[in-house]
Amino acid sequence: MAERILSGSEVVLQALADQGVEVVFGYPGGAVLPLYDEIFKQNRIRHVLVRHEQAAVHAAEGYARSTGKVGVVLVTSGPGATNAVTGLTDALMDSIPVVCLTGQVPTHLIGNDAFQEADTTGITRPCTKHNYLVKNPDRLARTMHEAFHVASSGRPGPVVIDLPKDILVGKAPYLEPGQVQHRTYNPVVKGERSQIEEAMEMLASAKKPILYCGGGVINSGTQACKLLTEFTRMTGAPITLTLMGLGAYPASDKQYLGMVGMHGTYESNMSMHDCDVMVAIGARFDDRVTGNLDFFAPNSQKIQVDIDQSSINKNVPVDIGIVGDVGHVLEDMIKIWKAKQYKIEAAALDSWWKEIEGWRSKHCLSYKQPKDVIKPQHVIRSIHAATRDRKTYITTDVGQHQMWAAQHFGFEHPYEWMTSGGLGTMGYGMPAALGVQVAHPDATVVCFTGDASIMMNIQECATMTQYRLPIKTVILNNRYMGMVRQWQQLLHGSRYSESYSETLPDFVKLSEAFGFTGLTCDKPADLDDAIKKMLEIDGPVILDVAVDDKENCYPMIPSGKPHNEMLLGQETDGNEAIDSDEGMVLV
Amino acid sequence: MKETEISKHTISVLVDNESGVLARVIGLFSGRGYNIESLTVAEVDAQAHQSRITVVTSGTPMVIEQIKAQLSRLVPVHKVSDLTLAGPSVERELALVKVIAAGEKRVESLRIADIFKARAVDATNDSFVYEIIGSPEKIDAFIKLMEPLGLSEISRTGVAAISRGTLTM
Ligand SMILES: Cc1ncc(C[n+]2csc(CCOP(=O)(O)OP(=O)(O)O)c2C)c(N)n1
Repeated sequence: MAERILSGSEVVLQALADQGVEVVFGYPGGAVLPLYDEIFKQNRIRHVLVRHEQAAVHAAEGYARSTGKVGVVLVTSGPGATNAVTGLTDALMDSIPVVCLTGQVPTHLIGNDAFQEADTTGITRPCTKHNYLVKNPDRLARTMHEAFHVASSGRPGPVVIDLPKDILVGKAPYLEPGQVQHRTYNPVVKGERSQIEEAMEMLASAKKPILYCGGGVINSGTQACKLLTEFTRMTGAPITLTLMGLGAYPASDKQYLGMVGMHGTYESNMSMHDCDVMVAIGARFDDRVTGNLDFFAPNSQKIQVDIDQSSINKNVPVDIGIVGDVGHVLEDMIKIWKAKQYKIEAAALDSWWKEIEGWRSKHCLSYKQPKDVIKPQHVIRSIHAATRDRKTYITTDVGQHQMWAAQHFGFEHPYEWMTSGGLGTMGYGMPAALGVQVAHPDATVVCFTGDASIMMNIQECATMTQYRLPIKTVILNNRYMGMVRQWQQLLHGSRYSESYSETLPDFVKLSEAFGFTGLTCDKPADLDDAIKKMLEIDGPVILDVAVDDKENCYPMIPSGKPHNEMLLGQETDGNEAIDSDEGMVLV
Repeated sequence: MKETEISKHTISVLVDNESGVLARVIGLFSGRGYNIESLTVAEVDAQAHQSRITVVTSGTPMVIEQIKAQLSRLVPVHKVSDLTLAGPSVERELALVKVIAAGEKRVESLRIADIFKARAVDATNDSFVYEIIGSPEKIDAFIKLMEPLGLSEISRTGVAAISRGTLTM
């Protein structure tokens, strides 16, 4: 096939088109002007102009997480690239496929401290799955295609391609995606059969089994989520999900115990603690899940399925570690379970469920909604109720509101929940919602945020207005950095050092200044009307809800404590100081 | 082996010889707090643009397993082999050792060099530079003996290693 010689910028745009890219989130600058010129001349690929490069990456993450496709970012050199670093780190921690194109000074100026030069590949090396600096035009097309392959296969993650300006302006040959084969990077997808057989035998012999599943199931795809549901029903075992896994299994199902971990449900954490066989699927034993490792599920045998070998035996040694794609492995698990006619002993399973029902009966998420002040949990539940009949996507920022959303909004399907789990990035919510709404223009997109978090990417209000993205941003406004305040109360003798939001803007005026509607609500009796109004408005809305400023997020496993020392908090209502210096050291 | 026991491992990594690959490997070790006792790198296949990195590191079995898994998932890495586990292997290091001395010490250093099969690759009236090849332990022993004899500078290559017999990476 004859090579087509194009300009570097044309090669980049052609490669994006051939990779099926529909939209790029970006922000221009000197080093990427040739690319912006090329974008101007075509209409296959849509460009969404954010107002800060961090937001471009979060938007791409929201797009990726809600579609299963790769999110694409375009930023300029120097400050454009450094601004993107938080987003890239976020995508790395949460395994989100993103390709980020960064401009770079011309090759002959690299290393000269040129204007807007930064060592982008150096800076982003630890916060990307892989990165490239394209110095040879012959490698441009290949690098573009390879980047999409690396970002989306195996354990997904962000990939940076640093593009010197002379490469964009000069000539370069174009290769189609099919003409590029990677030499070293070919992740295993099929799990080792004998190990899967062994694992099923182990599970079948369990008396107190539990399935512990995470974001890897969602990354594996909707089919993997269906298989997980099928497998869970077949075995009759209880299932719990991590923060990143919410939606991989329907929350309304009776086998579902709720979220696991620091702010997970009592029944879920107690079951993790007491189980005798744990099957971890696409979950990485994060410290927010395990609590104190010395006391983590002390009497259990563990099976772990993960596409990333390095996630196995990292924090928690397992008995059987299966490297493979969750979907493929689940398929084999189901086949083997059926073929061998395995069944967990009914009497044992029965008494295990009875035990679990005992924990469930604590109703660890319950709260009382008084007449005078709105409880934050009630806002989440009310919005869940009001959006039940719509296709709804939820994004969050970071803090108490995030945990309340995770606890109280029942997710029935994958791809509908976008949150910053691994990095815990305040400022994620609104830009992620932009990406989600761009991908799903007709769906309802709600961003739950806090009065502190929203200020971290507030400039994106302008993007919402410009592209008429009808995102519903709901502030659970407690006038505090609530999660910080909660830790200060419990661990630092209620010394609320710098965690009060002294000067908050008037969010109604702010919304109006940006060109959309702002609503407020401070009475429980008005909440449903406010929500109704918000959902009826055909455009962006910020709904500022004044909530109980002293409400704490429970249940909670304090840092350094085992699962069975969870604080339930309901009765004591937050006066439960934690006497642990150890906990104070931990994050 | 006990889960908490720390042991030394020699790990060979076959990588694409592209810019940044060494930084990736070193960054992985420093970023995750792993230990590097020695690291060598050079191209071993010019046509395929492949280099071989040999890292000597130490850790508990779980940490060593992590190191290998983390190395394997770097995109330009072709192969990772734990020579310590793979069977018997040969480890060699080269050192250049400068000894400045006169009289009896000078003669004694020559005698020891002879025992260790080290060669004098440079000589002046006041100094020798010895070249010694061997296992890191042998080189350590040689250096220790040279210390009282006017040892003044050392340059070591770090370990190159390969498995014995027909086994290949
Ligand atoms: C970028 C960033 N800086 C600091 C933190 C630490 N942090 C975690 S939660 C939190 C408070 C969030 O407050 P708010 O957005 O009001 O939410 P709330 O907890 O009140 O629901 C802070 C400061 C963080 N997660 N991210």
